[in-house]
Amino acid sequence: MKEAKPGWRELPFGAVPYKSSLEYHTGDWGVERPEFDLEKCTRCTLCHFYCPEGAISFDAGHPEVDLRYCKGCGICANECPAGAIRMVRKG
Amino acid sequence: MSRQRLLGLNGDEAAAYAIKQVNPDVVAAYPITPQTIIVERFSEYVADGLVDTEFIAVESEHSAMSCCIGAAAAGARAFTATAANGLALMWEMLYIAASLRLPIVMAVVNRAMSAPINIHNDHSDSMGARDSGWIQIYCENSQEVYDACIEAWRIGEHLDVQLPVMVCLDGFTLSHTMENVLTLSDEAVRDFIGERPYIKVEGHLGEAEFRLDPEKPLTMGPLDLYDFYFEHKMHQVEAMKEALKAVPEIDEEYAEISGREYRLLHPYMMEDAEVALIGLGSTMGTVRYVVDRMRKRGLKVGMVRMRVFRPFPTEELQKLLKDVEVVGVLDKAMSFGAPGGPLYEELRTIFYDVDENPLIVDYIYGLGGRDTPPHLIEEAYEGLLEVKRRGEAVEKLRFLGVRM
Repeated sequence: MKEAKPGWRELPFGAVPYKSSLEYHTGDWGVERPEFDLEKCTRCTLCHFYCPEGAISFDAGHPEVDLRYCKGCGICANECPAGAIRMVRKG
Repeated sequence: MSRQRLLGLNGDEAAAYAIKQVNPDVVAAYPITPQTIIVERFSEYVADGLVDTEFIAVESEHSAMSCCIGAAAAGARAFTATAANGLALMWEMLYIAASLRLPIVMAVVNRAMSAPINIHNDHSDSMGARDSGWIQIYCENSQEVYDACIEAWRIGEHLDVQLPVMVCLDGFTLSHTMENVLTLSDEAVRDFIGERPYIKVEGHLGEAEFRLDPEKPLTMGPLDLYDFYFEHKMHQVEAMKEALKAVPEIDEEYAEISGREYRLLHPYMMEDAEVALIGLGSTMGTVRYVVDRMRKRGLKVGMVRMRVFRPFPTEELQKLLKDVEVVGVLDKAMSFGAPGGPLYEELRTIFYDVDENPLIVDYIYGLGGRDTPPHLIEEAYEGLLEVKRRGEAVEKLRFLGVRM
């Protein structure tokens, strides 16, 4: 992150974050990302609920990952009962 | 000034009675000697319906402080009380309470840290917590315990301060000794403490009062690494500076309703004192008695009782002690491996850059509740007079009242 950070006088009090976690793109921490096999996927949405980052959505009717927040932990791939998720290298 | 009622209360009861009048939203506590009476009395008030407080009988002091943190973060007034090992069990939560800027009030009934197990008074518990970011007030008698347990809310909740406050009282010497205590009316206390004020903060969804409210959500104290943690510590540095200004303001306001004037430091016979003792807590009452006795013998001795140890009143101490030839520090706690006790080290530090400075020696005393009668205090003064005669302090760290 190369943004200009506020000094202590500008920061809110009581260690309250000055911006929403939506603005912290922590996806760049990760090495891997999930790849979905939509043929095998049963749309059970377990991956959505297991994702600790809330990065998997079903808005399009099938799973999609928001790489701005996916840290590549692989929990989704581990939990998918249909074996429809494979972790691959990012980038 | 409103009418006051004289009650016979020991230190613990004085704390419980003051907190009853404050009527906080939450009290979470675990009993430990010599703090037990505070929790017992207060739970009686709860059982008798005399307070509206939610009393949480927790399973440990760690939980007691955690409950207070949760309650205070939600905007409540929260109180707890503990001693010695109980305070030690709260350790990590003490730092969290202070850095989240939650104005919790806690009575610490000072007791020696084990081992060997000892239930009696010294300051090794609260002195260990001196860097946790809490304000620390040390009381000399039950009256002060009562008054501090009321004032503490205003000090901690002051909008420029917003820090938790420890009201320290000596175990048994104060906690279990009945004294006359003048008490304010419930209305006078209520008017004085008012409602808890909240500072406004700019959260991620805009301005909000600093408390957890689902309508105006805030996040308090999430992950804060090398890029922000340091800045947040600066807030605490600043808050302590502000506390040094806020305490005298609130003391003055309290004097108006109570007639009792408290200050950061309470000097006695210091105008022409050549040697002086400085210390905290109940022992200073004995010291005052000894000063009077030695003054009758024509000896120019004085004393300073330090009421507020955190924030440390540096400038006031420099002004007060600069013309004294020899200062003896009474430390009821030892910092093992250090040059001396905690008060001694800080007092020496503030005189390093001052041209006129006294010779300073440390008297570690009273560990584990070892009695400190007038003749021992007199021995300390004789030691200071001896240093004055020689013009140097050969032995700087001394132990008062230990068998050699």
